[in-house]
Amino acid sequence: MHIPDNFLSTPVWATLDVVSIPTVALMVRRAGKELEDTRIPLLGVMGAFVFAAQMINFPVGAGTSGHLVGGALLACTLGPSPAALVLTAIIAIQAFVFQDGGVLALGANVFNMAIAGVLAGYLPFRLWGARHRKAAIFAGAFLSVLVSAALALSELLISGVAMPRAIVLISVGLFAVSAAIEGAITISVVQAIENLNPGFVQKPDRAGGRALAAIAAGATILALAGFMIASTAPDGIERLGAQLRLSAKANFRAPMPDYSLVSFDSAWIRRATAGLAGLLLVYGVCLAAGRLIGRHRSA
Amino acid sequence: MTPLIEVRDLHFRYEDGTQALNGVDFTLHPNETVALLGANGSGKTTFVLHLNGVLQGEGSITVCGMPVNKDNLAGVRSKIGMVFQDSDEQLFMPTVLEDVSFGPLNLGLSPEQAVQKAKSALEQAGMAHAAGKAPYHLSAGEKKRVALAGVLAMNPEILVLDEPNTFLDPPAEGNLLHLLKSLPQAKLLITHNIYFAAALANRAVFFEKGKLVADGSVEEIVQRFNWTYDSLPADLRYSAQRRF
Amino acid sequence: MHHVLVDRWSQGSTALHRRDPRAKIVALLAFLIVLATTPPDAAATLVIDAALLLSGILISALPLVNLLIRAATVLPFSLTFGLISWLAGDTWRAVGLIEKSYLSAVAVLLLVGTTPLPLLLNGLESLGAPRLLVLVAQFLYRYLFVISEQAQHMRLAASCRHGGEHAGSRKSRFRAAAGALAVLFARSYRRAEGIHRAMISRAFGGHFSLLFPPTFRASDALFTAAVAAFLIVVRIQ
Repeated sequence: MHIPDNFLSTPVWATLDVVSIPTVALMVRRAGKELEDTRIPLLGVMGAFVFAAQMINFPVGAGTSGHLVGGALLACTLGPSPAALVLTAIIAIQAFVFQDGGVLALGANVFNMAIAGVLAGYLPFRLWGARHRKAAIFAGAFLSVLVSAALALSELLISGVAMPRAIVLISVGLFAVSAAIEGAITISVVQAIENLNPGFVQKPDRAGGRALAAIAAGATILALAGFMIASTAPDGIERLGAQLRLSAKANFRAPMPDYSLVSFDSAWIRRATAGLAGLLLVYGVCLAAGRLIGRHRSA
Repeated sequence: MTPLIEVRDLHFRYEDGTQALNGVDFTLHPNETVALLGANGSGKTTFVLHLNGVLQGEGSITVCGMPVNKDNLAGVRSKIGMVFQDSDEQLFMPTVLEDVSFGPLNLGLSPEQAVQKAKSALEQAGMAHAAGKAPYHLSAGEKKRVALAGVLAMNPEILVLDEPNTFLDPPAEGNLLHLLKSLPQAKLLITHNIYFAAALANRAVFFEKGKLVADGSVEEIVQRFNWTYDSLPADLRYSAQRRF
Repeated sequence: MHHVLVDRWSQGSTALHRRDPRAKIVALLAFLIVLATTPPDAAATLVIDAALLLSGILISALPLVNLLIRAATVLPFSLTFGLISWLAGDTWRAVGLIEKSYLSAVAVLLLVGTTPLPLLLNGLESLGAPRLLVLVAQFLYRYLFVISEQAQHMRLAASCRHGGEHAGSRKSRFRAAAGALAVLFARSYRRAEGIHRAMISRAFGGHFSLLFPPTFRASDALFTAAVAAFLIVVRIQ
């Protein structure tokens, strides 16, 4: 799920870098308001914990085992902004020290996992955690992995990485399985943590509310729409079509900005913009929903 | 002589309701080294955490003439240097030099002055060669000495050491003992090792269930509370002998 | 463990090690951007880029073979996608993917192999990364080793009691793993509290002060400019 360098096309990684920078700055400012410098060790240690936790194997059957990714777990225990901050630090360290994920692709990976993933991991917990705790935690963990993976896949497809439909479907299937594993692990660990000390886990407020459920449903629908826009990725599918018709593919390389910084194919720009716009829209709605929820709380 | 530390009727209750301290009175005079003995959970660590304001209980505490309250914390913390049991928690900066300079920097010294102070503290602790190293490269004994240097760099008048010989092998323990003996500060020493205590301390106090129940020399306290495992119950010793 | 090794590499003192971290970061970014925009069929450019990296590795006295092997962790990913691209008929993209992602990994490894991570993080902060983020990363790195070791010990202890990694019912092992994680979490939390106590005991006033503001020297500027110019010239050819 960590995209290395040179997989994404230049407009994609560059745009995501540009998008992520102010977003991370926003998260940092919000986290900074919630905690003083004295909480920095906690965040750092929690980051190290997630790293170490990824070493512990959870048997899931047929001799395979999964491991925790941690976005939802961090969101439930630290809150969304600190969780985003910690995950950003984790992703940066993974990129530099472990070469897990690219440096230019940091914007993309941070957006997928630390921003969208954490948000997707937190919203269900925040909205339904009071009344349907286990389901909310599972949903959060499930969505955080699924959303991050789907975004990564979309970005790869937009970049023109050729993927036959079969592989796309298999990938989505694998994502769903990983997401389910994350859900199971997260519930298990959150419960175990609560048994040790209930204070470790955040308390989602009682009031769910129909309005909030509607916003959440709307956001989810938009998210799905966004993904569909992004991952129709005509490039890959058209390429497949071109192959089946056995037509020459050399000229088909239009949406390959790798090859020239200056001459973009306008159709590609439109598609890429639409895809990214869809994702940004989803993000914007979530953010707005979050603010609304916040105001609703303090009312 | 004005006491360095004066504690009167200290009470403290944890959030979960445990009454950790039940009215503790204590005085520390200059040049004293006091061993704090007692069972785990009897309140020794909780007690010392009040001395520099990490915990706030009810009662009065005066350190070097300053009452320990919110307004005096910086001053108090520059007078009392605390070395905790887990050196990894204490050495949190990326390198040894940065960690030992942390205290002086917080006291308002400039970076150059802080580094000077840090270097001489490291010298005193015998760890000057490790200035550029990262803490996880050090052995337990080295970490303990660096932690001590980090505290010495702030020129405290009182040193508090919470079970400093944990994880130390005999040579490291010996090293630490010599180092501590050479330091002029008054010391409070929490330890389960009565030999360590006897070698360093000229006075001991015994904690029991949040109260300070005895005050005397190390030998007196050890004898009175049977604070040693030399005297095993007869049949246990017999069965151990039988097995081996 | 990988990070332990890389950390050891970064403790050297060659000419490359001594350059200001900011100079090296900018040089890396220049390299990565030029590489990303190089078409995969521009073989000459790629070879020269690889040669540049090789010279860097030699100057910094890093173990060449070991480094090249470690950079290969990106290969499974890129080979898979390369294969998919190749099967879809896009050979050049496949080749490009593999070559360029490998070179990128080597370049990043060269940077962290010649720059201790705390210095690298300071450099990123001078270049504009938010302070809070950098500090969290510093602490993360500091405790990465300690907590990873704890996790290893717990794995070992658990497998000892399970009679091996695969003995015991799946459900019980799952539960055990969750319990282990919870304990690790709690210990990490307690550790953070301990660090906090140690910080305030040494009169921490709420803000971390910088001990060594980095100094950017002429040699650093020269280094960055030289690398960037070289890359651009090679790319334009």
